[in-house]
Amino acid sequence: MPDPRPGGLTLALDTSTDVTVGLARGTEVLAAERVTDRVAHVEQLVPLVHRALASAGATLADVDHVVVGLGPGPFTGLRVGIVSAQVLAHVRGVALHGVCSLDPIALAHATAMSSASASEWNSAGGVGGRPPSGQGDFVVATDARRREVYWARYAADGTRLQGPEVSSPDDVARLPTVGPGADLYADRLEVVDGPRVLDPGLLAARGADLPDAGTEPLYLRRPDAAEPARRKSVLHLPPGQAVRR
Amino acid sequence: MSGPLVLGIESSCDETGVGIVRGHELLANEVASSVDLHARFGGVVPEIASRAHLEAMLPTLERACAKADVDLTEIDAVAVTAGPGLMGALVVGVAAAKALAFALGKPLYGVNHLAGHVAVDLLEHGPLPTPCVALLVSGGHTSLLLVDDIAGVRGRGIVELGATIDDAAGEAYDKVARLLGLPYPGGPVIDRAATGDPRAIAFPRGLTTRRDLEKHRFDFSFSGLKTAVARWVETRERDGLDVPLADVAASFQEAVCDVLSAKALAACAATGATNLLIGGGVAANGRLRALLAERADAAGVTLRTPRPGLCTDNGAMIAVLGAEVIDAGGRPSAPDLGADSGLPVSRVLV
Ligand SMILES: [Zn+2]
Repeated sequence: MPDPRPGGLTLALDTSTDVTVGLARGTEVLAAERVTDRVAHVEQLVPLVHRALASAGATLADVDHVVVGLGPGPFTGLRVGIVSAQVLAHVRGVALHGVCSLDPIALAHATAMSSASASEWNSAGGVGGRPPSGQGDFVVATDARRREVYWARYAADGTRLQGPEVSSPDDVARLPTVGPGADLYADRLEVVDGPRVLDPGLLAARGADLPDAGTEPLYLRRPDAAEPARRKSVLHLPPGQAVRR
Repeated sequence: MSGPLVLGIESSCDETGVGIVRGHELLANEVASSVDLHARFGGVVPEIASRAHLEAMLPTLERACAKADVDLTEIDAVAVTAGPGLMGALVVGVAAAKALAFALGKPLYGVNHLAGHVAVDLLEHGPLPTPCVALLVSGGHTSLLLVDDIAGVRGRGIVELGATIDDAAGEAYDKVARLLGLPYPGGPVIDRAATGDPRAIAFPRGLTTRRDLEKHRFDFSFSGLKTAVARWVETRERDGLDVPLADVAASFQEAVCDVLSAKALAACAATGATNLLIGGGVAANGRLRALLAERADAAGVTLRTPRPGLCTDNGAMIAVLGAEVIDAGGRPSAPDLGADSGLPVSRVLV
């Protein structure tokens, strides 16, 4: 049953991995849509926004906040989410909140861990307590292709401590690792149970709590571009005979 | 002047363009170019162009609305280049256009970039007499088209008569400029440097032998020309002679423009078209314009040349093409519209 109260909605877009759209009223998740197709971002995103809004009985006019994942992630897909969010926020006349796309995955993991440790603490009769600082740190990793991962290190409560970075899996901090990239390198990362995808519902509901990452995409890599070398000879002169320009 | 108020977005190569038209009336044509970012690479670097599109998209959109004194909510439709072009670059424009059309609740038309180069002439010269031959030359494309209907609906629509089989004409200019030690982009600098004798050096005219004409009557090839220039320059250097820049530039330019104009007018003769339209960045080239004017005049063909700001890639050409498509009863693109880097010119509306 659609909520009769208009306005006050947060729309979240992230195309750093899958195509994902979330909708929330405050911290209440209204919709979480995902297309697990990593090449059809431009085709799928707007239909997914439409579906998320329709499923909540809302329209874009009800959206007062727009949150977007700035990556890191494959560039072409990443830009789809960012430019779409920019335009939607612009037309609505609302501000755009850009976040690191690894942060909502970390938040999901931190939340799950803290409720798990709370129930453990309870079942153990209140013995124990919080682990010493640094003990609960973990890593969120996603696929960066080219045999690398995008990753960041987080404290147990989900605070980002390091990153985002891009590197070989061998250079990732040796910590329990979750995220879409974890299982790709199960032999080289300390893979643990935890979220494997970004939850767009959580991004919409809790995006306001995530640190502002600006509005620029988190590319982390320079464009592939080589400055042209000296002109190749077309005369096939033997070495040493070519005249210098 | 009436007609739909259409906003057009273009991002197929290195220009981010947003144009606004009402029917055939141009209201705004804002372009942000990333050309300077590509200069040291000697050609467009796709990822650099794509990044620049994302940075420029919203500011360019805002500038276009301000220039046209139009509020986005007044727009009747959004048109966007769906292809052909660089995939990563196209995607930024298509995503922006889809979000814009959705947010405004207005129809979206994904259209063909090459057809846009033809349609832009409507903004300056009004309805296009058909059939018409269009010669589109830029750093990204070199095509000879037969246009029966800009909207691609009536008659044969738009048919590709020929295209380059290797380098685009603009690309040949860029490569020759580099080997002559001139900056990027090569088109304007070679045009300025070409003050010498255009007949000083007999550079080859690609695909003009009788055998070539059988198979490639209206196709172009500039790769051999580029190699011939390199070979000529290197031979001079090897022999310790100076390189007469003005003569080399003029002779190279003559070879390019000779082939382009000869084939364009041959296409007019073959199709019975009495109007020849030129578009693309290289259409601003002084020698090409002069040679085309001379030969068109001799053949009794009317030459239609949009002003340089409309010849290069821009959003107005996409907006006016969108207006034509709407006028012809074209249906809005499907919600799952994507970008197609190899979109054939026969598909004006996606
Ligand atoms: Zn073009």
